[in-house]
Amino acid sequence: MMAEFMDGLFSIFFVETLINALLLGGVFALLSLGLNLIFGVIDVVWICYAEIIMLGMYAIFFLHAEGGMPIILAACCGIGVTALIGWLTHRFVIGYLLQAEPINQLLATGGLLFFFQGAAMVVFGIEFRNVGVSLGSLSVTEDIYLSWTRLLSFVLATLTVVVLYLFLSRSYLGAAIRAISQDREIMILMGVDTKKLYLLTSAIGGGLAGLAAALLVLQYDVHPFIGLSFGPITFMICVMGGLGNMVGGFLAAFVFSLLITVGGYFAELEWGYVMAFTFFIAAMFARPKGLFARNS
Amino acid sequence: MNNKTLIAAIAAILCVLPFVGLDNYHLHLIIMILIWSFVYTAWSIMGRFGLVSLGHGAFMAIGGYVTALLWNELGLSPWVSIPVAMIGAAGLAVLIGYPCFRFRITGHYFALVTLALAEVVRQVIVATRDTTGGSLGYTPESHGEGWSVYAFQSDDRITFYFVALVVWLMGIVIWRTVDQSMSYYALEAISEDEDASAAVGVQVTKEKLKVTILSAMMTAFAGALYCQYQMFISPSTIGGIGLSLQIVFGVVVGGIYSALGPTIGAVITLMLAEVLRIWMGAGVVCMTERVCLNLAGVPLLVYGIMLVLFIIFLPKGIVGACTDQWREMKSNRKASV
Repeated sequence: MMAEFMDGLFSIFFVETLINALLLGGVFALLSLGLNLIFGVIDVVWICYAEIIMLGMYAIFFLHAEGGMPIILAACCGIGVTALIGWLTHRFVIGYLLQAEPINQLLATGGLLFFFQGAAMVVFGIEFRNVGVSLGSLSVTEDIYLSWTRLLSFVLATLTVVVLYLFLSRSYLGAAIRAISQDREIMILMGVDTKKLYLLTSAIGGGLAGLAAALLVLQYDVHPFIGLSFGPITFMICVMGGLGNMVGGFLAAFVFSLLITVGGYFAELEWGYVMAFTFFIAAMFARPKGLFARNS
Repeated sequence: MNNKTLIAAIAAILCVLPFVGLDNYHLHLIIMILIWSFVYTAWSIMGRFGLVSLGHGAFMAIGGYVTALLWNELGLSPWVSIPVAMIGAAGLAVLIGYPCFRFRITGHYFALVTLALAEVVRQVIVATRDTTGGSLGYTPESHGEGWSVYAFQSDDRITFYFVALVVWLMGIVIWRTVDQSMSYYALEAISEDEDASAAVGVQVTKEKLKVTILSAMMTAFAGALYCQYQMFISPSTIGGIGLSLQIVFGVVVGGIYSALGPTIGAVITLMLAEVLRIWMGAGVVCMTERVCLNLAGVPLLVYGIMLVLFIIFLPKGIVGACTDQWREMKSNRKASV
């Protein structure tokens, strides 16, 4: 048993697994980025965030596979669509609930989750749809193949974190957004239009969902319930990273992906998820504000 | 008391209901409403104190799967395995609840931790697919024709109807017992202000844990009952995030703060789902050759819109809004006299 385990540990496939974990972490990081921004600034958990990604995937699928748009252009349009959905979500749902209990905000977005799933089912049907674009894979050695899509998401996630970080720390708007997340009441007294900033943040968050959708659509078939398969993990990454902490969320994404892939390597993939979720629960007990939260 | 006579009247009507010539389909619908009412009641018993759990899928799945697995693998009667499942659920509730309450994990953090719990249980069921059948579901072995007390199975709906009725009534009784206990005041105080109530000597962790265990055990029992009635369970029907949100939806529509709120929520949501399902069919309507609408998604869509509207405009639910209105009318009348 032990020898088998050690063999497993040093095999070439394990190395491949680790690299894949790193790349999957990139996908997770990208998935949770927008949610993290919204969570940090507006202090609302959008349970329906994964469903917005699903709608983005459908938008890209239809523009490319049915509308004949080049994939890059379709992806850009998809980002526009999800940004609009993010804006609408805040304008017509969260905006009315800013003073309500946090849990009611969470449940209202739970309603949106049903709504998005239902709408997708009515309009697009329940068939699995594939966009039919594949970037292929890169062969590093004879045994190790890396998916170009995952490499791309890794690079893109890193880039987006950097851009978002620069935007938040260097630009005027970014400073306003950071200030609002520190003290909601005072900012209004300072003459800041919080409404506008919240809408902007929601639109950016939605747009980031579109970016994630563009990469997911290359790897997975779209169907109305795809959000359920990666939704929970996305919230957990955000919470574990610490409320609105971009870098923490980025790191948490890699912790989760490592647990899932390594768990999946030694047993079934589901055990990887079981490990990741159990780890999340344990981490919450140890540090309720998130594993990478700044001490304040 | 007004409420008591109301409940007695409803119970009396429900007792004669199966004998007035209801067909199997309508009886089935009522049984489902009773079982889900019990689940919603169990959830609200803790949910109304601000302990919003998205993890009840875990407890319900434990109830169903433990009962069915022990029956199929060891031939253990549900009379033994249901208590085992309930104790298991209670254990899990302590395992999650104690640290949560001890470390002051509240509000949406509590919701997300319990959501993770529901996902863990769902993934374990899927991962052990060799025994549990995974996402394809699981069927307890039938004992044969007719009904059997030992197997807690019955192919006669009227028998099951009365079982479900008694269980539902028990749920209401438990709710009222909690309402009249000291714990009610303690929990009420905790949900208002945790620190202040701890300062005046309320044992915050203990009180929260008690109500969580109660709720978990009731939910596990409902899971077992659902399994014995439907003779089929799957991780998506009695577990996971979808179930948790379904519970929340029913409760929000009905009203969380009164004993009959969850029941009314179950009646409205299940009837609505059924009406929409029949009305829409599973049909696909094609506008043109390329634009087709799959109407099977309409119930979900309507559910979603309703949930959002209820939370924005009627956060206390239908029952809560009605009682508020009633009280206002009463006090107005008094004022005018």
